[in-house]
Amino acid sequence: MSILGTRVIRTEDPRLLTSGGVYVDDLRAPELHGAARVTFVRSPVAHGRITGIDIAEASQQPGVIAVLTARDMDDLAPPPPASGDGVGEGPMPLGGPWSEPLLATDTVRFVGEPVAVVITDDRYQGEDAADLVSVDYEVLPAVVGPAAALTGESLLFPAAGSNIPFANPVSDDDAPFDVCDVVVEQDIVNQRVACLPMEGRATAAAFSHGKLTVWHSSQNAQLCRLILCGALGMSPDQIRVIVPDVGGGFGAKVGIDRDAIIVAWAARKTGRALRWAETRSENLVAMTQGRAQLHHIKIGGTHDGKILAYRIDVIQDSGAYGRMGKFLPGLTCLMAQGVYDIPEVQAGFRVVVTNATPIAAYRGAGRPEAAATIERAVDLFAAELGMDPAEVRRRNFIAPDQFPFQTKTGALYDSGEYAEALDKVLTAARYEELRREQESRRARGDVRQLGIGVSAYVEITAADGAAGETAKLKVSDDGTATVYTGSSSHGQGHHTAWAMLVQEELGIPMDQVTVIHGDTDLVPVGVGTYASRSLQLGGSAVYKAAAEVKDEARHQAADMLEAAQADVVLDTLTGLWQVRGDPDTALSWAQVAGHTSGGSLIADVSFTADVPTFPFGAHVSVVEVDTETGKVTLLRHVTVDDAGPVLNPVLAEGQRHGGIAQGAAQALLEEVLYDADGNPLTSTLADYAAITAAELPSYELLISETPTTVNPLGVKGIGEAGTIGATPAIQNAVIDAVSYLGIRHIDMPATPQRVWAAINDAHQALQAQKAGTQ
Amino acid sequence: MKVDLTVNGQDITADVEDRLLLVHFLRDVADLTATNVGCDTTSCGACTVLLDGESVKSCTVLAAQASGHQITTVEGLARDGEMHPVQRAFHQEHGLQCGFCTPGMVMAIVSLLKENPHPTEQQVRTGLEGNLCRCTGYHNIVRAALAAADAEVPA
Repeated sequence: MSILGTRVIRTEDPRLLTSGGVYVDDLRAPELHGAARVTFVRSPVAHGRITGIDIAEASQQPGVIAVLTARDMDDLAPPPPASGDGVGEGPMPLGGPWSEPLLATDTVRFVGEPVAVVITDDRYQGEDAADLVSVDYEVLPAVVGPAAALTGESLLFPAAGSNIPFANPVSDDDAPFDVCDVVVEQDIVNQRVACLPMEGRATAAAFSHGKLTVWHSSQNAQLCRLILCGALGMSPDQIRVIVPDVGGGFGAKVGIDRDAIIVAWAARKTGRALRWAETRSENLVAMTQGRAQLHHIKIGGTHDGKILAYRIDVIQDSGAYGRMGKFLPGLTCLMAQGVYDIPEVQAGFRVVVTNATPIAAYRGAGRPEAAATIERAVDLFAAELGMDPAEVRRRNFIAPDQFPFQTKTGALYDSGEYAEALDKVLTAARYEELRREQESRRARGDVRQLGIGVSAYVEITAADGAAGETAKLKVSDDGTATVYTGSSSHGQGHHTAWAMLVQEELGIPMDQVTVIHGDTDLVPVGVGTYASRSLQLGGSAVYKAAAEVKDEARHQAADMLEAAQADVVLDTLTGLWQVRGDPDTALSWAQVAGHTSGGSLIADVSFTADVPTFPFGAHVSVVEVDTETGKVTLLRHVTVDDAGPVLNPVLAEGQRHGGIAQGAAQALLEEVLYDADGNPLTSTLADYAAITAAELPSYELLISETPTTVNPLGVKGIGEAGTIGATPAIQNAVIDAVSYLGIRHIDMPATPQRVWAAINDAHQALQAQKAGTQ
Repeated sequence: MKVDLTVNGQDITADVEDRLLLVHFLRDVADLTATNVGCDTTSCGACTVLLDGESVKSCTVLAAQASGHQITTVEGLARDGEMHPVQRAFHQEHGLQCGFCTPGMVMAIVSLLKENPHPTEQQVRTGLEGNLCRCTGYHNIVRAALAAADAEVPA
């Protein structure tokens, strides 16, 4: 029986459960013996000019080894002169006039920006001394939020002449809407949220004999090394990056960011081994955050529910430094039309800089924003028509026979069964029954009203499939296998999944398979884990390597058995090679590997995919809204998430669960807030409303597996489905609960305060209407 | 100041700063690194350990306050190489992904089940309100707690 598709519990867990993971701050590597602590001095102002830094008092404190500022970075090449517009293709940081320094030089642009580092023997000394670094700021007017950025009254980068690094304006052609029976317009906020991995950023670094070793909590060691080479002017052979256990990433740990580069630089500068693990208060102002888009939409169609035209105008708040250029809103526009066949789609965006924490990828990275808004727009359109939102979706889905489907915004969807996914999830949720229950509660005038939200989505995974992924598979003469993977686990269960693939293909039992990732000395070439790419690229690479090892083994076994290669077969249940039909000839992997000149069988491969894949699904969410307090309770969440055949349901379900919770968090609770001066109001976990177990139900997951032909495993990505599907379903459910009051839209997060205000406004409008008609 | 703690059954005496937090004592003095620090406002529960059998957030207890007391961390939970029922349930139910919140989460559940050996799902959820997880959506953590409650032999 094949092990693929079965519920294999993880090989990673016993260690994590008994002795705990070894995260960066847990490392006891000999090179880090006696390592000093790095503490950052960060800007307390959102926008200001640094007029002086006095390190004298701090330097004299007990345990202080060094206090370093930008002035000490004289061993680094000066940044290249600003040229061009600074906006590249792909998820690259803005350059040119928008460039981000390491330690701040003359200007600070967000609260939390690193200004100096204090290096001390222990962590408490570091906090004491950092308080005594005296920095004088001339405060400049803060640009808080995209609207302020667009006015251009205060500029973050005066040399750039504006706060808009890039604009791809949306069409203003209204002709497609003029022919519609019904047109709805709406401003929709996709608010700024914290990525919040439970382990914040953490780095250790040691420089010795010309070689820099950097341990970093990252989603990809090899990219870290590439970035470090550029930032520190070193060659790849001078840097080793090791990624130990990583306590969650969610996009915010792709590569290595400026704070960690500063730590690596400081280790080289001082010759001391250094450790840094940020506090949560630092994390909530200085780790990149997600979303932060404003949308204006217009949707139009016929009386009978056919959507004829859709427009989305996106403003992406990049924060102070555009860490991903124009990539995120570009992806939002690419996926703008969702699962619908819409004759006219207009999508455009502007990227702005503001005095806030930089924005980068967060689980879904541009796609949840697209899905949230088209799914909101369809509900607005349905409400205007007085039609059931599920029915409007059915009338507009791309049909199964339309694939491959070219969207108006440039995506080529591979496959999808959108109507089937929606019907499946509606049936499981008992949609009609829920609607009847809703009717009864409305008729009774219950305080607690029921809301039912629907979303149907398509997303793009492994968008950079051409970059591929690596795998090296080695079978040794003791019969064990070792997989060196360019993918990078930070909780997903790669070690279990890759061992399953090896057992399936080679018949070597999982417990004889070791998986190694995240070390540039051991895996020099790799891409890493993000964009739901691991299984379809990294897993396919393991599959490909296994096939090559098998070919070589067959050659060896044929030689040993003095048989024709065509007659030599591998029994993948027993892991034995034999001449077909002659069990007496059985050879083990140990024997076959031992027969090679080097004592092992090795395949070193890269797997690339020419095109991305497009998973899809549908979610139904059921909420209860207390109409007196505005409190929302999520009662049920039912999903179909089709990412092709499932390698291990345990792992795939885990990905879906986590994504749903993060979607619920954005829909209901979480938002990074600033005051009018750009001071963060949510810089601790006491202030930022991270979602807990008490606010969530158990989830109801349905099975749907439509294979793709893009890779040999037939799989698509599952890691981000939850945030993409759940966020709009939950938001729609909240609005649906109070729609009988005439409420058409409530922005996320649907906090009690915001829901109560909407209800209150609606009541007042109804009363005014009554008074007017009397 | 001099403190004397019993950690997972072992006496540890050390001369520490008055302000040293228990979690840093465990990590840096006792060299037990399973207990993690996830925040600085007693909000996330990653650092949850047992103090004389009751769960505490070790980032909010001074080593000095714990002097003379028994501390249990996740490293001290297994017996004779056998995982504790809560650890076993986490493994079986896939109650962990990245593992960072896990030691605190496991200790919180050990304590919760001691107080309420057969909780309802809602009681588990409410009981875990002070422990954050960003990976699992809590679904399998709750299932693990309920499974452990079913499995645990009454003492």
